[in-house]
Amino acid sequence: MAEYLVLIYQDESADTDDASREKIMKGHMRFGEQHGPALRGGNALQPAGTATTVRADGSGGFTITDGAFAETKEALGGYYLVEAADLDEAIALAKEIPMPSGGVEVRPVRPM
Amino acid sequence: MRPGRPVDVSVEAAVADAHRREWAYVLAATVRVAGDIDVAEECVQDAYARALTTWPAQGIPDRPAAWLTTVARRRAIDVQRRRATHDRFLPELAGADDEGTEPPGIPEIADDRLRLIFTCCHPSLSPEAQVALTLRLVCGLTTGEVARMFLVQESTMAARLTRAKKKIAAAHIPYRVPELAELPERTDNVLTVVHLVFTTGHTAPVGSDLVRTDLVEQALYLARMLRTLLPDDADVAGLLALILLTHARRTTRLSPDGSLSLLSEQDRTRWDAAEITEGLGLVREALHRRPPGRYALMAAIAAVHAEAPTWSATDWSELVGLYDLLVIIWPSPVVALNRAVAVGFAEGPGAGLKALDELAGEPQLASYAYLPSARADFLKRLGRIDEAGAAYAEALALTDNAVEREFLRARLDDTGPAAI
Repeated sequence: MAEYLVLIYQDESADTDDASREKIMKGHMRFGEQHGPALRGGNALQPAGTATTVRADGSGGFTITDGAFAETKEALGGYYLVEAADLDEAIALAKEIPMPSGGVEVRPVRPM
Repeated sequence: MRPGRPVDVSVEAAVADAHRREWAYVLAATVRVAGDIDVAEECVQDAYARALTTWPAQGIPDRPAAWLTTVARRRAIDVQRRRATHDRFLPELAGADDEGTEPPGIPEIADDRLRLIFTCCHPSLSPEAQVALTLRLVCGLTTGEVARMFLVQESTMAARLTRAKKKIAAAHIPYRVPELAELPERTDNVLTVVHLVFTTGHTAPVGSDLVRTDLVEQALYLARMLRTLLPDDADVAGLLALILLTHARRTTRLSPDGSLSLLSEQDRTRWDAAEITEGLGLVREALHRRPPGRYALMAAIAAVHAEAPTWSATDWSELVGLYDLLVIIWPSPVVALNRAVAVGFAEGPGAGLKALDELAGEPQLASYAYLPSARADFLKRLGRIDEAGAAYAEALALTDNAVEREFLRARLDDTGPAAI
């Protein structure tokens, strides 16, 4: 057996009414019931607007910017799910992650 | 005459006054208890509404801000408790604590505003959002006023502020002064924002007033708070010095008839001597660091003007030297423009004009009224009156500040046929 990370992408401006959200939520619950044994974990994320990007600046420091990681030649290479008291603590942790040629996006998980 | 009516009018006036002057203080003190800016804003609104119904009977309190803060904080605690019983999984609120029942002392309020400014200037927020949030939440400007400063529609600014506040809440941006180790890198942003509040107030980009004194005073207040927090920081000392040395000239920037009064025309005996003395001391301190930072250099430039007994006694070569240093660490076309003006006074209008014309292609200066207006001044001194008139007309087309427009129009008239 092998493990896979399945990433969900969606248009944040679509399906914003309560009925659509309800429908999507029900769909996820059904998916979870049907495939429970195969699922190792999963989370809904806060919108991309709440993301913060951390990049090494090449001289020992970091630049911190508002918004999601803008991919150009970088590709998603891995992930950590971390617990932190607040965004400062999460960013401090993120800075410890090796990122020689890219950076990390810190995105809050939506509380259930 | 209906009895009681004058009382109501005075209560309404007192509430309006407390809203204009103390809203930001009350908000900052409430955010810490509420742990959420939107909730805090609602609680503060409720407290003002309560004042309107309570003060007519109970009288206006001696310290309205303390009364409003106590009411708003109590309300925030209620909201918190209700939420907590509804949702046991309420995430730990960043920076919230249990001190809310205590009536606030003034130093505590000052600390609260300092906390709030570090939240508003968090590096994970976009630079525009940082300034907008600080103006709205720490300086207490209305959304409409902030929108006018950014030259955007009120609805656009409201959406920008909402998005930023949503990020603060969802990403748990903490509400606290950073720890000592992080302070230097976090203070940089705060200084940038305070400097922007100051420059915005010093020459309001639009409107009928040249100076928004309230904004300059907010910037002065914030810079003083930062100085208390970081007494050894050269950048903080430099920024505070810059604000003081400029603020010291506030009463002389306008003539009695409301028109713009240039540095060369100002009555220097009316400059605020106490602020100049304080500013000069801070400049010396800020310049001790090598190499000096940009606020220290800008303050040193303001200090040269403050120390000159008359316009003609200004040490222009000292100014050119300071601008030479400033343009290296802060290569902005606006700094280069100011340097060119100083060159024009140190070495003559011909040299100044030459330095200005080297900046003609700068895209950042394309719509900047000071470039054609400085050119016009040098052209006039060189006796090239027609060209000067054209340059004043160009400057006039580029400025939206009513006082500056009036000044330029008068200069333009001086170059017209009537003046010859």
